[in-house]
Amino acid sequence: MSAIPDQPARDKFQLSQLIYDTRYRSLTIQIFAFILLAIALFWLGRNTVINLAALGKDFDFGFLGQRAGYDINQSLIPYSSASSHGRAALVGILNTMLVAALGCTLALVVGTIAGVLRLSNNWLVAKIMTVYVETFRNVPVLLWIIAFFAILNESTPSPRDFGENGDASLLFGSIAITNRGVYIPRPTPLDGASWAVWVLVAIVVVSIAAIIVYRGYARRQQQSTGRILPVFRVSLALFFVPAVIAFFLLGMPLSLDYPELGGFNFQGGIMMRNSLIALWLALSLYTGAFIAEIVRGGILSVSKGQTEAAFALGLRPSRTMNLVILPQALRVIIPPLISQFLNLTKNSSLAIAVGYMDVRSTLGGITINQTGRELEGMLLLGLFYLVLSLIISAGMNFYNSSIKLKER
Amino acid sequence: MSEMNAQTVPYVRESMVPQAEPPVTERGAVKWMRENLFSSWFNAILTIIGLAFVAWVLMHIVPWLWNSIWFAGSLTACREIRDATWGAGAPSACFAVITDRWQQLLLGFYPSELYWRPITALVLFGVAVAPVLFTRVSRQLLWFSAVYPVAMVWLLWGGTIWPYLLVIAGFALGVPAYRIGAKAVSPLLGVVAAIAVPILFWVFVLPPLSGALSSALPIGLEAVPSRAMGGFMLSFIIGVSGIALSLPLGILLALGRQSHLIFIHAVSVAFIELMRGVPLIVWLFTASLLLNYFLPPGTTFDLTLRVVIMVTFFASAYMAEVIRGGLAALPRGQYEAADSLGLDYWKAMRLIILPQALKISIPGIVNTFIGLFKDTTLVVFIGLLDPIGLSNAIRATTDWNGIYWELFIFIGALFFICCFAMSRYSMYLEQKLRTDHR
Repeated sequence: MSAIPDQPARDKFQLSQLIYDTRYRSLTIQIFAFILLAIALFWLGRNTVINLAALGKDFDFGFLGQRAGYDINQSLIPYSSASSHGRAALVGILNTMLVAALGCTLALVVGTIAGVLRLSNNWLVAKIMTVYVETFRNVPVLLWIIAFFAILNESTPSPRDFGENGDASLLFGSIAITNRGVYIPRPTPLDGASWAVWVLVAIVVVSIAAIIVYRGYARRQQQSTGRILPVFRVSLALFFVPAVIAFFLLGMPLSLDYPELGGFNFQGGIMMRNSLIALWLALSLYTGAFIAEIVRGGILSVSKGQTEAAFALGLRPSRTMNLVILPQALRVIIPPLISQFLNLTKNSSLAIAVGYMDVRSTLGGITINQTGRELEGMLLLGLFYLVLSLIISAGMNFYNSSIKLKER
Repeated sequence: MSEMNAQTVPYVRESMVPQAEPPVTERGAVKWMRENLFSSWFNAILTIIGLAFVAWVLMHIVPWLWNSIWFAGSLTACREIRDATWGAGAPSACFAVITDRWQQLLLGFYPSELYWRPITALVLFGVAVAPVLFTRVSRQLLWFSAVYPVAMVWLLWGGTIWPYLLVIAGFALGVPAYRIGAKAVSPLLGVVAAIAVPILFWVFVLPPLSGALSSALPIGLEAVPSRAMGGFMLSFIIGVSGIALSLPLGILLALGRQSHLIFIHAVSVAFIELMRGVPLIVWLFTASLLLNYFLPPGTTFDLTLRVVIMVTFFASAYMAEVIRGGLAALPRGQYEAADSLGLDYWKAMRLIILPQALKISIPGIVNTFIGLFKDTTLVVFIGLLDPIGLSNAIRATTDWNGIYWELFIFIGALFFICCFAMSRYSMYLEQKLRTDHR
């Protein structure tokens, strides 16, 4: 008990401790790995410099300011072939965001419905949903995109068929489904009434703010007094009633601009290209199949005892769902759901298959081909997607840690 | 109780009432339909909508399939046969395109006199994968599984056999290198030696030696260039290589991400996020457009191999996240138990942590495999002829211009079979490995 015999003396550091002593070994391993990585990166960088020099190229982002010189068939902001490559990239980014936003919304709706119906005690409906989920999950999304594009191009009438001699007619008298795209009415402010539209927008914003305030008030009421205020009905009323009243008081400042056949094509209205619709539907139905499984798994993960306990407390089925099952199921559902949204956004780069002008087609396609700046173009493209998904996953991690069950 | 028994019972039935049939609504098909199709008015509406939908789909598909034509030289020939047999404009599938071009869809432009090679490779693949998938198959076969990847590459690409044998020899050299290194200095050095010796052997000894042996003893198969590989075979090669390589890499990345070594942790996180954050198609374009910038001038690098590497990296990042979930799901007590047994890091991982973590993550792992396999279709965008690329090529010929659905259905069915089989296997494996008593 006098002394611990094999305690190494502190001043006698031996070189072999770098390998045998766990305190130093981790340091050795890390330094070794760092040196290897640094050598590899240096090697890659040196090769790149040599290759660029051999090709007579420099590393310069100046091309973003040059005239693009190509047209983009769908753009959310003003764009012409005289605009710069940078603006073309922005148009592409907005188009990517558009299809991603549309896709995520529809995928969530389809996925939730399919997931819930797969659990339904209706045998037929459950089987149909199983078939839907399995077919879409097990076939590449690229094939679905091409197939939807083919359906839209092959089995819809051409604009000519809507004329005097054709047999096609407008859906609901206002929507034209053609093999070039779908034309829907566009809400347009009447002449000199654009201020009224802004008033309407302001009213809607105020209504939304009021709904948020009211919800907070209702929750505080319930927590302090136990009295439950009607939330859903009041929210609906707050949203629609002021807007509708204002719409009529302002003398109906909005009208619909219907698509009309002029010459060989439709004029007016909003045109949604077939490429957009095919991409949107295919991505949504494909991702919806995955979301259906996530929703189903989430609901199944809440044990039956929870439902029974809620019923034993005398909660109605709707409240059981809202207060007991959903909060627990959502904890399981939300993280994979968000990564599905991320997948959908990244899969939207398959727009190349149908010629939709997303950021990969503008910045990563035509711009690269025209300027010969592969390195810079791909770098920017990768950076865009990376930043987008890092933002989303940072949000997800924050949400995850806020709802995580607290353990030791 | 006793009081009740003490009372005289006024009437006791002496004989059993014969068993009655259950009411019609409570048995057989009627009961099943009442319970499963019409249990409430909402369910009844759903059932009717569902029936209408199924009927609508069948009405469109069944005549089309029923009237299908299997033998014709071109789409116009198909239409003529249809008009003659079923009347003009009748719905009719033209599967003649499949009977005409199925070899191309499956094997690309592989020389037709060498078809026995991919077929043998496929059969041997079945043999090699059997002991990995099913524990009842003889364990001895695992040796064959270990050699199979090299054998497959040789069978498909051909050339002399020497480089392939020397690659195997390099692996074999790793074993004595480990033993000597471990005995002389430490196990850690043994591992380093086991990695370094084969690599040095492949880089410095293999090229001259295989060249000399090939010229002295030219034993081998006719070489087939990479651009002849195509069709479903290409998807299969990329998919299987990606699957086989991404699992170990994914495990290493997941361990790296969990590691306490700050530098290793940071590198793993950066790699995983970089790979996951950017779509695969951008990585594939990087592989085809940019890789030449990063390699020494004059290096040429097979495009298929580049794609396999990219797909592997991409899938391994997803794999790492799935396995990280499994590692995180293990109770801390498991790690502490392993430490208290005095196991070192690798032993603890190999014997205690990973078997449990991998078991938990089986569904996620197989989903990643399925995703990887489906993603192999993206290679069409960098000019490789996967089934979708070939379907475009077939449609571009005058014979089959304008044919869509038959090709889509064929390709879709091929992928469906593979992916569905994988997901069923994962369910089987989960069932088999379940250890809780239920």
